[in-house]
Amino acid sequence: MNAAGPPAAAPSDLTARLTGLVDALRAHGVRVGTGETVDAARAVEALGLGDREVLREGLAATLLHTTGQRPVFDAVFDLYFPRRVGAPDTGPADREELRERLAAALADDDAALMARLAVEAVDGFGGYGSSPASDGWSSYQALERLRPQTLLARVRDEVRARGGAPGFGDRLLEDEIRRRIEGFRRLVAAEARRRVAERRGRDEVARRAVAPSADRVDFLFAGRDRLAELRRTVQPLARKLATRLAARRRRAARGSIDLRRTLRGSLSTGGVPMRPVLRRRRPARPELVLLCDVSGSVSGFSDFTMLLVQALHDQFGKVRVFAFVNRVDEVTGLLVRGAADPEGLSARIRDEAVVTGWHGSSDYGTALGEFAERCAGAVGPRTTVFVLGDARTNMADPNLPAVRELAGRARRVYWLNPEQRSRWGTGDSAAPEYAELVEMHECRTVRQLSALVGRLLPV
Amino acid sequence: MFTSVDDVRARLAGAGYLASPAVATAVFLADRLGKPLLVEGPAGVGKTELAKAVAQVAGARLVRLQCYEGIDESRALYEWNHAKQLLRISAGRDETWDETRTDIFGEEFLLPRPLLTAIRGDDPKVLLIDETDKADVEVEGLLLEVLGDFQVTVPELGTITATRRPFAVLTSNATRELSEALRRRCLFLHIGFPDAELERRIVRLKVPEIDAALAESVVRVVGALRAMDLRKAPSVAETVDWARTLLALGAGTLDESVVRDSLGVILKHQDDVLKAAAKLDLDAL
Repeated sequence: MNAAGPPAAAPSDLTARLTGLVDALRAHGVRVGTGETVDAARAVEALGLGDREVLREGLAATLLHTTGQRPVFDAVFDLYFPRRVGAPDTGPADREELRERLAAALADDDAALMARLAVEAVDGFGGYGSSPASDGWSSYQALERLRPQTLLARVRDEVRARGGAPGFGDRLLEDEIRRRIEGFRRLVAAEARRRVAERRGRDEVARRAVAPSADRVDFLFAGRDRLAELRRTVQPLARKLATRLAARRRRAARGSIDLRRTLRGSLSTGGVPMRPVLRRRRPARPELVLLCDVSGSVSGFSDFTMLLVQALHDQFGKVRVFAFVNRVDEVTGLLVRGAADPEGLSARIRDEAVVTGWHGSSDYGTALGEFAERCAGAVGPRTTVFVLGDARTNMADPNLPAVRELAGRARRVYWLNPEQRSRWGTGDSAAPEYAELVEMHECRTVRQLSALVGRLLPV
Repeated sequence: MFTSVDDVRARLAGAGYLASPAVATAVFLADRLGKPLLVEGPAGVGKTELAKAVAQVAGARLVRLQCYEGIDESRALYEWNHAKQLLRISAGRDETWDETRTDIFGEEFLLPRPLLTAIRGDDPKVLLIDETDKADVEVEGLLLEVLGDFQVTVPELGTITATRRPFAVLTSNATRELSEALRRRCLFLHIGFPDAELERRIVRLKVPEIDAALAESVVRVVGALRAMDLRKAPSVAETVDWARTLLALGAGTLDESVVRDSLGVILKHQDDVLKAAAKLDLDAL
């Protein structure tokens, strides 16, 4: 440890900063070992502190292991190795004048200038509480005052006026400017986090204010853009799960020893079983039925799982998907067509399938009863059923006999609940009652979901 | 091998590989810390090219292990040359058994496969383990010894340790999650799509005859396509192909009909072509 320890030239503050960064990463679930920390220190030594971006890439190369960890790392890095400290040395900015300069920067796509403007924006408009020493810094407030999105038309006209004759690229312009504005918003958010960190201490801000990586976001609290980000991970995740299933299938195909045939074969070797005969497995394609609560509270979770199972459909003999709020309807067909447009999936399910009756709130008892009654043919001894939902019945009868019947008829029934286990049974949740009849698993994040799907799916 | 990050960048550029700061930094560190470099990223962003460029710059021999499902020890590490061993046994008829036995398990009868080749000898080498994710999990165990300590243990011979460490590059398309143990032994580099400025330079470098304005609009359209959430976003390789196609078609500027006719070069799925055409306001295909 001592030999490869901190670089001799650097003050001990740098070591503390580095270990602080590592601690913050660990708090976000990035597994960093001591060996990697030592490597990071050696990287700092080799790279020097001259160029911040080089340092960032160097630390990322030594500390990270997967692509998904990068957004968390970038946010944490900005806190521990900030571009500057303190307030900018310019005077308080004027709103109109700042918007003017921002428009010019957006038109030129000048990244350096935009970064400077983000600093000024937070300094000028992000502070709240008693001035001059503000109590806190809010990127929301700064952006609300500055409203960069309203600059779109102006920047577009400006670029067009400059560009001369409109070519083919002209139609791409608006989207490009939108992306630049989005980039500016991110810069402002990072700057506000940095300023808050100076007041409240880096470690706390790093733990709380940095968004977790996509696969650890709680389904129930994920915003719209987070869900869109999750949906993009469906295909790669499905591919990974398919290889995992194939491996499990290979292993399962080996089977156990068939004693009768082994002994029968041993007659030719004088009763010594030289060659064990393995039991042959009948290749049966398992069937899958998904029963999804698509009411507003859990629709993000259901959508994601439906898309994932649909992406895995070639692994199974038959996949059927049913959706319910308080009535049940089959949505398998909608899902097949929906693979091209995952965003509109839940809207289409609500429009085209009959999932609600007289009212719009979910009612597990009625829906499960209707499923047991109308769709009984879908469930047989080869079927594995997954029920997806939070088991919140809105105080209605949970209809346990229907679940018992379902569990009796299917090969296995699993219930995936997107709620935290400690909240099961609170309020109108009937989770403990259902959990007595069928196996219920907590499934709050993509990480948990992929682990469960990889383990529970039949092979 | 390299003196600084800028040195890496300049020399790779000399070999026809324009590196982003992330790539240059990771290559520099891999060389300095003597650790293997695990490169991930979408297909066609130049993962394999990076290894080739490094080999060219360092004047090193490129030893390549292409992974596939079912690759095993005898394909990756070493194999005994059984035919030659048999010949040796039948040639030396009057020897005692002990003499023969010690003799046929000598270096002469060892067939080195890429991993062993890479760590033997004193000349500089770049070891490229391509598409590591295609190999089975068992092979990863094999790689651990090679990449961790740059040594190979042959039971009959003992442990062969590298006298000169090769510069090792592993590539992966992330079809399978590589094990944590393997990841820990490597520096991690994700090569994403390059930014517009870098991509323009790559296009100009690979297709020198193209004029600047056309290269600029090609890169802009590709950038817009990448933002579209397609099944397969166009990669750098596709951008370069497209630029070549446009040049072959004699198109001086991009217009609607040219883009419509050549969209198939950059997009590989019919769904994507339709979606892109709709979003780019092209007439129906």
